Amino acid sequence: MSIEFILLTIIGLSAYSFYISKKKAAAISAINGAEIHSQPNYHGMYAAFLTISPALVLLIVWSFIEDTIITMRLRDYFSDITEPSIANFYIEGVINFVDDVNSKAMDHVNFFTATEYYKSTMHLNLLLKSIVLVMLTIIALRYSFKLISADFKARDLFEDVVIKVMNIASIFAIFITIGIVLSLLFETLRFFESVPVQDFLFGTHWSPQMSIREDQVGSSGSFGAVPVFTGTILISIIAMSVAGPIGLFSAIYLSQYASNRVRSFAKPIIEVLAGIPTVVYGFFAVITVGPFFREMGIFFDIEGFSSESALIAGSVLGIMIIPFIASLTDDALSAVPRSLKEGSLAMGATLSETTTRVIIPASFHGIVGSFLLAFSRAIGETMIVVMAAGFAANLTANPFDAVTTVTVQIVGLLTGDQEFDSAKTLSAFALAFVLFFLTLILNVISLSIVKKYREQYE
Amino acid sequence: MSIEELKVSIKNLNVFYGEKQALFGINLNIYANEVTSLIGPSGCGKSTLIKCINRMNDLVDICRYNGQIMIDGEDVNDPSTDPVSLRTRIGMVFQKPNPFPKSLYDNVAYGPRLHGMTNSKEDLDELVITSLQKAGLFNEVKDRLFEPGTGLSGGQQQRLCIARALAVNPEIILMDEPCSALDPIATAKIEELIEELKEKYTIVIVTHSMQQAARVSNRTAYMHMGELIESGLTKTIFSNPEHIKTQDYITGRIG
Repeated sequence: MSIEFILLTIIGLSAYSFYISKKKAAAISAINGAEIHSQPNYHGMYAAFLTISPALVLLIVWSFIEDTIITMRLRDYFSDITEPSIANFYIEGVINFVDDVNSKAMDHVNFFTATEYYKSTMHLNLLLKSIVLVMLTIIALRYSFKLISADFKARDLFEDVVIKVMNIASIFAIFITIGIVLSLLFETLRFFESVPVQDFLFGTHWSPQMSIREDQVGSSGSFGAVPVFTGTILISIIAMSVAGPIGLFSAIYLSQYASNRVRSFAKPIIEVLAGIPTVVYGFFAVITVGPFFREMGIFFDIEGFSSESALIAGSVLGIMIIPFIASLTDDALSAVPRSLKEGSLAMGATLSETTTRVIIPASFHGIVGSFLLAFSRAIGETMIVVMAAGFAANLTANPFDAVTTVTVQIVGLLTGDQEFDSAKTLSAFALAFVLFFLTLILNVISLSIVKKYREQYE
Repeated sequence: MSIEELKVSIKNLNVFYGEKQALFGINLNIYANEVTSLIGPSGCGKSTLIKCINRMNDLVDICRYNGQIMIDGEDVNDPSTDPVSLRTRIGMVFQKPNPFPKSLYDNVAYGPRLHGMTNSKEDLDELVITSLQKAGLFNEVKDRLFEPGTGLSGGQQQRLCIARALAVNPEIILMDEPCSALDPIATAKIEELIEELKEKYTIVIVTHSMQQAARVSNRTAYMHMGELIESGLTKTIFSNPEHIKTQDYITGRIG
């Protein structure tokens, strides 16, 4: 018997509870007619909820407690080891040995007695758990079945359950966000223990290579993040200057000028751009756009045009974010009431006068929102820049130079073998934290702009 | 009554939305400095008819029409007629007040700025003020000309839209159920305004309310299922209709 089987049994019991409770309620309503408070379906659903929830809660609590107790007990077998992390290592070895056939035995006098103990305890534990959970479910089922009567307010109670479930879902999402920020923050603080904050924020030399052995050459890296952030900003600005006009104008065309027939196939095609995997854009940049720009560079005699340049990565990134701007701006423009458009046209304005003087001002907050969303996408985008921009951290505003971005550096720092206590690895967290902070500021700005224009125009 | 001057003449107008015919052979004369009201049950084509006069139906992809609409002897549908300059001569007030999301001042100044009607800031100021005065709104809003037009009450918004239309000095004003979204007091103010405006402008008003048609209009046209059943002096239509359908409608038997 395994835990999956217990779960299936509990779910089955819950379904059974739904069925019999609904039937009982239906029988009551058949006798009492319209006088029953809730529809049979609500009785069924509430009973099913009552049946399943105690077992689920207990299962979660039990799993936490069983882990703690087992680890504590196993610790006794390795009491000769004083260093806790090594003892934990042995405990994990025992657990793996039982659960995973590929795992090897470890060299310790008590290892096999410990595994035997673990095996028998877990067996007993599972048996006990199964019995308790199933019993609990049956008790809950009987209780919920007894509750049903003509006056029982199953409908109201079920409403409470629905609200609580949604509540928990949103709290969960919030906690995950907080958790991610905190984990970033703690690793960042660890990084700043070895590298001063001002060196990181204002230093202009980025070369995070550190030696693994103490005596290696060039053992201290330098962590000036300025070139990395200017690279990100340069590429994002190039991307925005590609995507901004194209996205905006295509949105205006689609929402104001295109006939329904054109619109109905053009908009989905533009939106397909958003569905292309970024790695495909990456090799589009490397194989098609890169050589094309280089040819142009030779043709116009531009010196120092490197094959991995900010211009190439930025323009392909721009193509990627066109659909965000086009689609969201189109939505914003189309949301302007038709009466405003008609009002302006009836004043003898042309369609383009109407667009620039009435429709764009009326949907300005939506347009700004779409631009800022696209901008934060550009800042956070990784794959295209990894493939097309390169790793060289040059501090430059020249779009023909190779630059690197925050995301590229994070990829470089965290792929391959690494140790999680070196400044090199930790610097990735610091970069990520600052990047997160930047996009957060951007979002706050966009929200305040949106709010300001909403207030002005609504 | 003064000498009647023909302003708009509609001859044998047919309008189609796709395959569906919306108007059937409409013939109607609209006279200068009069109020002509179009009445009839919902969906009978009243709004479609007035939108043909300033060619707002051009905005509907699937709309086609044939027949003739003459304004001062010029054919509205003639290829050489530019709908944009045509609409400058014809103001329109819509069913739901639709002030632009701009200040009161900018709303009224919208048309004059568009058409370059004034040469200086002072001229524009004056035009805005006189337009608001003509629409009977100036005294209520003179302290907040630079606040959003959307902050006004429904009736004030509708008068703002009228002021906006008046600012370009049109010859004809089309009103598409201008009071249907307003309360009785706001409605009374608009009706008073229509009474004053007909001195200078030709007004065509679509209305659901027969009492309104009777109160404000010189002439009335009754439409039913896309056909113009009967038109004539309002007095005659309401007291002595020729057609049984008109009689049924005005006595409240249908509609």
